[in-house]
Amino acid sequence: MPQKIFAPWDDPQEKPLIRFQNVTKRFGDFTAIDSIDLDIYAREFFALLGPSGCGKTTLMRMLAGFETPSSGTILLAGQDIAPVAPNQRAVNMMFQSYALFPHLSVWDNIAFGLRREKRPKDQVAARVEEMLKLTRLTKFARRKPHQISGGQRQRVALARSLAKAPKLLLLDEPLGALDKKLREETQFELMDIQEKTGTTFVIVTHDQEEAMTVASRVAVMDEGKLMQIATPDRIYEAPNSVYVADFIGDVNIIEGKAHQVGELVQLDWAEGQPALAARTDKNLGLAQTCYLAIRPEKVSISADRPGGANALQGEIIDIAYLGNLSTYHVKLPTGHVIKAQQANTRRISRRPFTWEDKVWVSWTETAAVVLDQ
Amino acid sequence: MNRLSPFNVVSLTLGFAFLYLPMIILVIYSFNASKLVTVWAGFSTQWYGELLRNEAFLDAALVTLKVAVLTSTLATVLGTCTAYVLVRIHRFPGRTLFSGMAFAPLVMPDVILGLSLLLLFIGVGVDRGVLTIVLAHTTFAMCYVSVVVSSRLVAFDQSLEEAALDLGATPWETFRLVTLPIIAPAVISGWLLAFTLSLDDLVIASFTAGPSSTTLPMKIFSAVRLGVSPEINALSTIMISIVTVGVIAASLLSKRAAVQRVREEKAAERA
Repeated sequence: MPQKIFAPWDDPQEKPLIRFQNVTKRFGDFTAIDSIDLDIYAREFFALLGPSGCGKTTLMRMLAGFETPSSGTILLAGQDIAPVAPNQRAVNMMFQSYALFPHLSVWDNIAFGLRREKRPKDQVAARVEEMLKLTRLTKFARRKPHQISGGQRQRVALARSLAKAPKLLLLDEPLGALDKKLREETQFELMDIQEKTGTTFVIVTHDQEEAMTVASRVAVMDEGKLMQIATPDRIYEAPNSVYVADFIGDVNIIEGKAHQVGELVQLDWAEGQPALAARTDKNLGLAQTCYLAIRPEKVSISADRPGGANALQGEIIDIAYLGNLSTYHVKLPTGHVIKAQQANTRRISRRPFTWEDKVWVSWTETAAVVLDQ
Repeated sequence: MNRLSPFNVVSLTLGFAFLYLPMIILVIYSFNASKLVTVWAGFSTQWYGELLRNEAFLDAALVTLKVAVLTSTLATVLGTCTAYVLVRIHRFPGRTLFSGMAFAPLVMPDVILGLSLLLLFIGVGVDRGVLTIVLAHTTFAMCYVSVVVSSRLVAFDQSLEEAALDLGATPWETFRLVTLPIIAPAVISGWLLAFTLSLDDLVIASFTAGPSSTTLPMKIFSAVRLGVSPEINALSTIMISIVTVGVIAASLLSKRAAVQRVREEKAAERA
């Protein structure tokens, strides 16, 4: 029996938990959010990704209730949340600075939200213990926030925001203050907790690796607009614009004029050079300006001319050695620099290419993505 | 410039002598056996005993204490409210005017403040007494409190309040459970500042006091006009020691807390 894949966004029957309808937010003359439509489904781990100042934090603060849209509506489970005050929303937020109450112990920090609901004492205690166990903090319950490490503080913040079992948890750059190693561990912990609790997570991040790792879907934002909303693999393998292709990972972009025959596009990209071939399901106009986006790991590098479509000769001008991978920067006679990535399966002393070597770079017709914007 | 050169030693000595010599002389003469203030006649603590039997001074001390406690409490409440509004609410009609007016009494001469309050109390027809002194002292003391509290509020991470709201606290609960405990040190120093300001005010109290509400500074001032008695030296010495003990205790406590905190933070990072 095939396992059911979690993809409510493909199911027209599914009702979204959150729906942004034509939402705009202006601060004075500045438009932070520009007429956004967005659906987020229950149990999703949804990432808002973009450079700083792109509006992703504003979008999240509108969900928490700290900002109100200038126009448009935000529905949570079918209800307009604009008139609901932040302290009455079934939404909790984990702050970038963690915002732990410095005068309260870890235990009291986690209990803070539960006590506001006027729950009986034993229920509060039971829930706090459960949260402490979930985040492996039982030992530190009596400590104050300044008496624990950064990673532990991050987990207290998470436990506190999850304690009230919100319908929706918002995470504002939750791992930004952790070092790289701890961040990677914590990403998996977050995914684990999200799965265990079944809460819908919306995470704001500027770290594309983080978004790709944790999220079921990623929304790439730029200047208050949503550029693309898709699963991490679609975002990476089928970006819809040069902006998204360039923002997510490393990419070679080649601009040219398209000549399309069926699915096959021939791109004239430089005087006197053979056209580059790529496959697409788009319909492009004759001689329309478009772009080829080729990921470096899909570019092969060889000493002899390979057979097949797209092969270009150039000279290695730079090698970035990353340990597991090496990125070769190959300069073509036209001035373009093509990045090609190879896994270092052999020891370094036996690497076949070095600086100033004449090499061929090549890729298949399906390796490149044709973009028209 | 880490070493104490002769020049540094001299300037340090001169500076401290300028500040503390008068007080040291006062303290020494409070233990003088002679009734004449300027003639040393051996060590004695008799003036401290006399002081405790002087009903007029004790009454005045009680009035002063009452006024100071009421003033500092009232000024702390009002000053904290002012500071909160001025720091937190960035835009409301008349904000500039309000903030200017809130701090104006800081630079207003005491004589003018006292006179205008006197005219007000007479105009309204309030009997002058402890209440009018408290109102008058609160007027200028709350500005000092709001300066102290707002400096703490400016450094306050506002996401803490947002977090409390987010977790379901009402705005009042947020203030009571999160904001107030965190700004408490500033509120307490504001209270202490208002207390000392009220304790040593002579000018405004003279304008707004009634016949049955003489404060200690007023009493001392009128007694001195009949000649400085060793009793007053004794009284002043007591006041100096109370203030000194208070200041030293407060600074020791806060220093110990800071050292403790740094040690705990280091321990947490190592673990």
